[in-house]
Amino acid sequence: MNKTINQKAWFFVIPVFVLVAFNAIIPLMTVVNYAFQETFGNNVFMWEGTRWFKQIMLSERFHASLGRQFLFTFIILFIQIPLGIAIALTMPKEGIGVPICLVLMSMPLLIPWNVVGAMWNIFALPDIGFLGHSLNALGFDYNFTQQIGDAWFTTILMDVWHWTSLVVLLSYAGLQSIQPAYYQAAEIDGASRWAVFTKIELPKMKKVLTIAILLRFMDSFMIYTEPFVLTGGGPGNATAFLSIDLVKMALGQFDLGPAAAMSLIYFFIVLLVCWVFYTLMMRNEGNQ
Amino acid sequence: MSLELKNVEKKIGLDTHIYPTNLKLEKNTINILLGSTLSGKTTLMQIMAGLDKPTNGEIWFNEKNVTGMKVQKRNVSMVYQQFINYPNFTVYENIASPLKITGVGSDEIKQRVGKVAELLKLSAMLNKKPNELSGGQQQRTALARALVKDSDLILLDEPLANLDFKLREELREELPKLFEDRDCIVVYATTEPSEALLLGGNTATLLEGKVIQYGKTLDVYNKPNSLVSAQVFSDPPMNITKIKKSGESCSFLDNSVNWKTKINIKDGEYKVGIRPHNITTYKEGNNSLEIKGKVLISELSGSESLIHFTRGNLNWVSLSNGVFQKDVGDEMNLYMNADEFIYFDENERLVING
Repeated sequence: MNKTINQKAWFFVIPVFVLVAFNAIIPLMTVVNYAFQETFGNNVFMWEGTRWFKQIMLSERFHASLGRQFLFTFIILFIQIPLGIAIALTMPKEGIGVPICLVLMSMPLLIPWNVVGAMWNIFALPDIGFLGHSLNALGFDYNFTQQIGDAWFTTILMDVWHWTSLVVLLSYAGLQSIQPAYYQAAEIDGASRWAVFTKIELPKMKKVLTIAILLRFMDSFMIYTEPFVLTGGGPGNATAFLSIDLVKMALGQFDLGPAAAMSLIYFFIVLLVCWVFYTLMMRNEGNQ
Repeated sequence: MSLELKNVEKKIGLDTHIYPTNLKLEKNTINILLGSTLSGKTTLMQIMAGLDKPTNGEIWFNEKNVTGMKVQKRNVSMVYQQFINYPNFTVYENIASPLKITGVGSDEIKQRVGKVAELLKLSAMLNKKPNELSGGQQQRTALARALVKDSDLILLDEPLANLDFKLREELREELPKLFEDRDCIVVYATTEPSEALLLGGNTATLLEGKVIQYGKTLDVYNKPNSLVSAQVFSDPPMNITKIKKSGESCSFLDNSVNWKTKINIKDGEYKVGIRPHNITTYKEGNNSLEIKGKVLISELSGSESLIHFTRGNLNWVSLSNGVFQKDVGDEMNLYMNADEFIYFDENERLVING
């Protein structure tokens, strides 16, 4: 077949290039630029090579916030994924209950992140907040602005409240796509409820769960607004996750070089974990 | 061994899905539920299996009332239109799963799975998972799971509907053999009359939740008790026209076709059903009747020609062996034989056939 050579087609691709350049490549390159240089303002830059990267990789502060970040992400994944599946399993499959449940479930997802933070801040205040006051009235010594454990508890509770719905909705969609004949076949076999869950429902939900875990990993790993409004990273640095620490470094201390290096490292960690996770899941898929 | 439905009725809300039905299915028979989609085949099967309870009526198995008894206790197996297998199990584990749950020893499982797998030509793929298999193999696995258990009742709900033509033909030919030496009742739901004829056994014709007729498949085909039953058991649809009879002479109401008859029914008007394959583009025998028609559509199916034509304001279908190409709007002559007419009275009950 003879193809006509016509380079004009490139014109149609240009808008995409321009758009991607402005919203991704140029900002990213600016950060890369900062990461290798030192600046004292007035647009004076000095080449520093990989100094900031070494400094960040070796700094205890970075290790601490990275550790907090992983701990937080694993805790919320550990709670939200099973909880989301459990809630999805108990939701009605047909009738008027379906739209009601779906609307109720999507409500937390519709609330802006800073509002969620502000809401929980007031809700959890030990003197006037409903949660804080009730806990204290019940005899618990609860104060999320002072005690590290309470701060973590509140942050995790807030995230579970805000995001479990996403897992619920995805799992529910996965469950709904299972044909009733599967359940009947299992019933005829005499399979137990647990066997139905592990042998039919979980395998059939595998794809949506992969997506759910990926989304929840990325979102929680990059969490900023909610803990910033709720605890501001405190008490001390107890809830200063990676992005909060990053903003402190970049805007609080105006250490642009190390902050840029840190954000690149941060970016690669997210990318790496997602890639490893996705490849593992998809490789299993291919084997079947 | 027998399965008996006594006045079984199923209502959901105000909708009646199954009207009161009486059916008795005997041991070692294949029973075909023939009807279009939504005619109640699946509901009826689920009631037979015990997956669903009838609103009224009773189900008796082996002279025992089993209405409301749980499906696990009934020793039934079922194959669906969709290929239902456990996604994470291998073919072997899938076939073995009903046995494992009932606690059969592992040596016996191995032996029985091997036997069934061989019967269904699955021996080479026992270690594969369902989604590595073709649709036909997936359905074979589901069939194997149903057969391995020695059920008293095997229900097949349009098992071939989701397969492509070639696989369907292949599996369809094997099916009667699979059930040959089994001590069980087989119920097979299908929308296709040709499938019913191929499987033989008994057929129940269904329409909108009612069993119209039940009997030996060939009897139901040859002697439909009513026009409705004949229509359910005819694909392409049966041609119906009104005739009048006086003495030995019969004619279409518009007098376009006349013939002599010796059948012994009283004079008057009748409806006559003519199966498409009894109207041909060529003469068969000496006493063929000739009719004229105007071609609507002419289509080929394999080496058969399906010609839709109009006469007056009625649409007719004819099915002839051989390949005939007709242009839309052509006037043509078609031939049929009065011996193959099926006569129905004004209530659309069978009067006589031939």
